[in-house]
Amino acid sequence: MRIAVASGKGGTGKTTVAVSVARSLAEEESAFHSGQSRTPGGSSLLFLDCDVEAPDAHLFLDPVIEERVPATVQIPVIDPDMCTACGDCAEACQFSALAVLGGEVLFLPELCHGCGSCTLICPEKAITEAPRELGILESGRAGGISFARGILNVGEALAVPVIRQLKEWARPADGQTTILDAPPGTSCPTVETLSGSDYVLLVTEPTPFGLHDLALAVDVLRELGVPGGVIINRDGIGDEGVEEYCAAESLPVLLRIPFEREIAEGIAQGRTLLDVRPVYRERFRALFQMISGRLIGAGSHEVETEASPRGGVT
Amino acid sequence: MSEGRRPASLIQLVILSGKGGTGKTAVTGALAHLALQTPSIRGTVLVDADVDAANLEILLRPVRGEETEFVGGAVARIDAATCLACGICLDVCRFGAVKLDEDQVLYEVDPLACEGCAACYYQCPEEAIRMIPQTAGHWFASETAYGPLFHARLRAAQENSGKLVSLVKERARETGESQGAAFMIVDGPPGIGCPAIAASSGADLALIVTEPTRAGLHDLERAVQLTKHFRLNTLVAVNKADLYPAGAEAILSRCEEWGVEMAGTIPYDEAVPMAMVQRHPVTEHAPDSPASVALRALWTRVKVALEKAGLSSGAEEILRLQVHPRS
Repeated sequence: MRIAVASGKGGTGKTTVAVSVARSLAEEESAFHSGQSRTPGGSSLLFLDCDVEAPDAHLFLDPVIEERVPATVQIPVIDPDMCTACGDCAEACQFSALAVLGGEVLFLPELCHGCGSCTLICPEKAITEAPRELGILESGRAGGISFARGILNVGEALAVPVIRQLKEWARPADGQTTILDAPPGTSCPTVETLSGSDYVLLVTEPTPFGLHDLALAVDVLRELGVPGGVIINRDGIGDEGVEEYCAAESLPVLLRIPFEREIAEGIAQGRTLLDVRPVYRERFRALFQMISGRLIGAGSHEVETEASPRGGVT
Repeated sequence: MSEGRRPASLIQLVILSGKGGTGKTAVTGALAHLALQTPSIRGTVLVDADVDAANLEILLRPVRGEETEFVGGAVARIDAATCLACGICLDVCRFGAVKLDEDQVLYEVDPLACEGCAACYYQCPEEAIRMIPQTAGHWFASETAYGPLFHARLRAAQENSGKLVSLVKERARETGESQGAAFMIVDGPPGIGCPAIAASSGADLALIVTEPTRAGLHDLERAVQLTKHFRLNTLVAVNKADLYPAGAEAILSRCEEWGVEMAGTIPYDEAVPMAMVQRHPVTEHAPDSPASVALRALWTRVKVALEKAGLSSGAEEILRLQVHPRS
């Protein structure tokens, strides 16, 4: 099962929620296994930090990194002896990464999406390809959690290939639950993270900004056909707009985390919500049980709630 | 990605953060209000460059003006009547967008996965593939009490947000210059990727708004690396500084190490969400609140940095050379 944590608006508490879900489940499992022999490498949980522009989950999970590989795109390398500057490659390139100027092909690597269209189209077979680094992928262990993240190199524009490669590189083992910490927003990096997810936890705050961006995130879920539910963080600030919207849209509100200075201070210091308020362990386990029960029970992406008459996003 | 610095009469301030939710838009709204009250600034044009999740509109209550469609990239579509199911499109697609249909006979393109590269379009021997331009969103030229606002709405799950940011900024610049505005404030997106780079391109000053958390500091470092990479003058503001004073101290000392100046600190203040609910900049809604007092002090420092960059000086080119010795 793949559960993504997303938001629309930034800074609503995605990472706080994703880390809390992961740690609640991992601790439960280690308690269950204590006294028994653990399966070697037998973590049942994979955590992917897909916010490659601003990855922060490692600050709270404190993983030991065991492996590091570059995330790359394949860029064209043009053999000047074979190139006739016919311009076919520049015409085919949809991203304006290639141009013919003064009888020479000019290539702008930062615009290249690595689609390979130029390689295929070149009538002289003058183009080969070489990898260009966009970022780094890392994997390791954080307690009982398998952890992986992508880090976009500073100055690089393309986050999507880094996310895509992270998801391909750090694949869950059989039966492993994946928690994906998504970037904020509603465009391509978010979509790349959410695609293939079974359920999305939408974290918002009860303010007009939070509401506006929650509605946009719900549109993305509907576009992708993935069910989801809402977690209201910093409950108590702002107004009633988010609650009213969720009721009107039949979106389940799965959890409310109140605004408390002590929680805000604890998270600021790099402590997790579970450290500051241990009672959330059980709440996140219950939340996970409810989601997985529904998904398995429903046998599809359709979610019906029994606790409330509200359905999921469909 | 940089547009290159052009000789412009419009001084451009971009608000960035790295980490989301640090208060970029609340700060932008307050600065728009304070700029309006500053007589030496002859007019301000505003841009919401967070086209994924544009919130400045909520704060500044514009009268929506002209709405224009934004056509982003195109996606491939396979004509089932012409397709011979040879599978070349599947082979050439590097984005996993080409799939067999439900009957496992014909190929089809998943528009959400399609990168718009047109490799399949060029390689299809039957010319059965067309590239269909996509309406990726809309942009608006609106009017607020603080100046014209250029903002956009990207449709859910669309690409090309960087392209839309560049377009909206260009239109804002044209309008601002034609109206004789001296100042442009760009409310940037979170992150450091494509839209953040597009928002920062051509800026005279970047104000990075952070928060005194470990995550805030971590992402601030990446945002500072980005502005250094593009050789932008940079100031840092710490929002909600009193929530974790030791964290704020850590940010101050790191900024000193990096050689980045502070614009100031802003305390956590319930007046900020309350002003948002009332849809006003906090400096207007609660001028005596601690956050507003801090924002006015911050504006004074930002103004000094902007004046160095040529705002209200009239000698923009000379100052520009001094401020950007490497550009």
